[in-house]
Amino acid sequence: MEALLAFSRPALDWHALAPELTLLAFGTLITVVDIIWDDRSKRAMPTLAGIGLLASLLPILTLAVDGSERTMFGGAYVVDDFSLVLKALFLISGYVVILMSVDYIRDGDYYENEYYTLMLTSLLGMVMMSSSRDLISVFVALELLSIPAYMLAAWRKGGARSNEAGLKYYLMGVFASAVMLYGMSLVYGLAGSTAFEAIAQELGSGESNPVAILGILFILIGFAFKVSAVPFHTWAPDTYEGAPTPVTAFLAVASKTAGMVALIQLVFVAFPGRDDVVQPFFWLIAALTMTIGNLIALRQNNIVRLLAYSGVAQGGFMLVPFAVAADAPARAIEAVVIYMAIYAFMNLGAFTVVLAVARKTRSGEIDSYGGLFQYAPGLAVAMTIFLAALAGIPPAGGWFAKFGLFRALLDAGGGWAAGLGVVVAVNTVIAFAYYARILVQMWFQSVPDGDERPIAIPGSLKAALAVTIIATMAFGVLPGLVGHFGEVSVLSALGG
Amino acid sequence: MLLNQFLILGAVLFSVGVYGVLARRNGVMVLMSIELMLNAVNINLVVFGVQHGVVSGQVFALFVIAVAAAEVGVGLAIVLLLYRNRTSIDVEDFDLMRG
Repeated sequence: MEALLAFSRPALDWHALAPELTLLAFGTLITVVDIIWDDRSKRAMPTLAGIGLLASLLPILTLAVDGSERTMFGGAYVVDDFSLVLKALFLISGYVVILMSVDYIRDGDYYENEYYTLMLTSLLGMVMMSSSRDLISVFVALELLSIPAYMLAAWRKGGARSNEAGLKYYLMGVFASAVMLYGMSLVYGLAGSTAFEAIAQELGSGESNPVAILGILFILIGFAFKVSAVPFHTWAPDTYEGAPTPVTAFLAVASKTAGMVALIQLVFVAFPGRDDVVQPFFWLIAALTMTIGNLIALRQNNIVRLLAYSGVAQGGFMLVPFAVAADAPARAIEAVVIYMAIYAFMNLGAFTVVLAVARKTRSGEIDSYGGLFQYAPGLAVAMTIFLAALAGIPPAGGWFAKFGLFRALLDAGGGWAAGLGVVVAVNTVIAFAYYARILVQMWFQSVPDGDERPIAIPGSLKAALAVTIIATMAFGVLPGLVGHFGEVSVLSALGG
Repeated sequence: MLLNQFLILGAVLFSVGVYGVLARRNGVMVLMSIELMLNAVNINLVVFGVQHGVVSGQVFALFVIAVAAAEVGVGLAIVLLLYRNRTSIDVEDFDLMRG
């Protein structure tokens, strides 16, 4: 009893926790404002949520200027350059998603206040994920970001498709986290600790223990569901099509990035010595994900489903550097981080254009993009930039992301890396085919029903487009800029 | 200590849960199968915690229990929503969109 009562509060670094606390405070504030003013406060919600996100960016800036690595809770929570870069990425993507949501959620007569609270909660989980260096904190962060996302996917309560999207996402997500937890329990049993550093020491000794292999595989498979890697991708297209479009953008970008961040920490901090398991696993699922995602994307006629499968394939590209995790660790982390940053902006941008066009056409079919250039030249040019970036054509940002992949593969060297390089190259060409289909529709086809009224784009969507276009082009024209972030993150993640 | 027996119990429970998720069509039964999987994890965590003589396994199990409650809360809400709209909780009925 004495021992139980002798509890001393762990030392808290309030400055390091400030971004998380700010997000939490604004999430709570939105709920309280909703309770007090009810319907009268609806208009203020997106503004409040946006201010919350920008306010939590401030402590990230001050922490970045400060630059010191802060470790809390016995190494379970680390704030270093790597986590700061990713936190900033999550918050900025979240801000763009909120800009996309404003009119969509208001016009659709959805529940506004709860929507923004859940969005902030999910972002809080992602921000926590980038600092987690412990099995328990990874698990809690994963659930904190997933559970609100299940509800957001089913947000159109009356719509059959949205219901189905929510159900499929929920069942797959929960099943995946149960599999992941079973793997975590096995890894914990062997290591005797939940901290990543202790796990690295215990499991990295090289002796081939089948239980360790099983545990590591289960954990990786759990996250493979999260990043919708083939063959664990089946939920993604249905969920993306059925969910409200801003939520789809959120899932395709922020949620997938969070899964990737968890994988980086697991592979490079917790299992650095286990390349015997990690490298073949990622080689296989990266190759499968790219190829199958692209091949199915070729046959899609609905633009959201096409972007969903293209997102699956892009996820495959992001998994490529993990296949050379042990041979070229620094380059591999750099390649994934850079790819995530560029992918976030180009994909969010593409979804913003889809939202804007759907305001007029009320359709997601690719045919409805016919002659877009004739009545909405601005949107057509923006979409061209984003599709060029996704396909990897300079000067739009995507080429630099692909360049990073090849650089990591070349640094690793060897037959397997070269083989994967060939798969990447072939897939880049396949992907160009379906991106080009949309381009042809927009620039060369005629308008389907001759309706050439211009599209009225609300201010918030214009702002979202501006942010994404500037970011996509900046990464393409000034790759040194984003490359710098990638390098900063490498050193500390390896040290952590 | 009967470490093996507990681990076998955990593995069997987990397998039963996986079978249930894949084979059962009733939404509520699927949720219960997921609970089985999570409880298998809890058994593993507590047993390993005792074996290593550290408390972190039990703490992890407490986190799993708390989060599982939240998860099932959301899951039941989704199943209820489906029942209101379609008067069915057969997960195979929901196939408007096919992967």
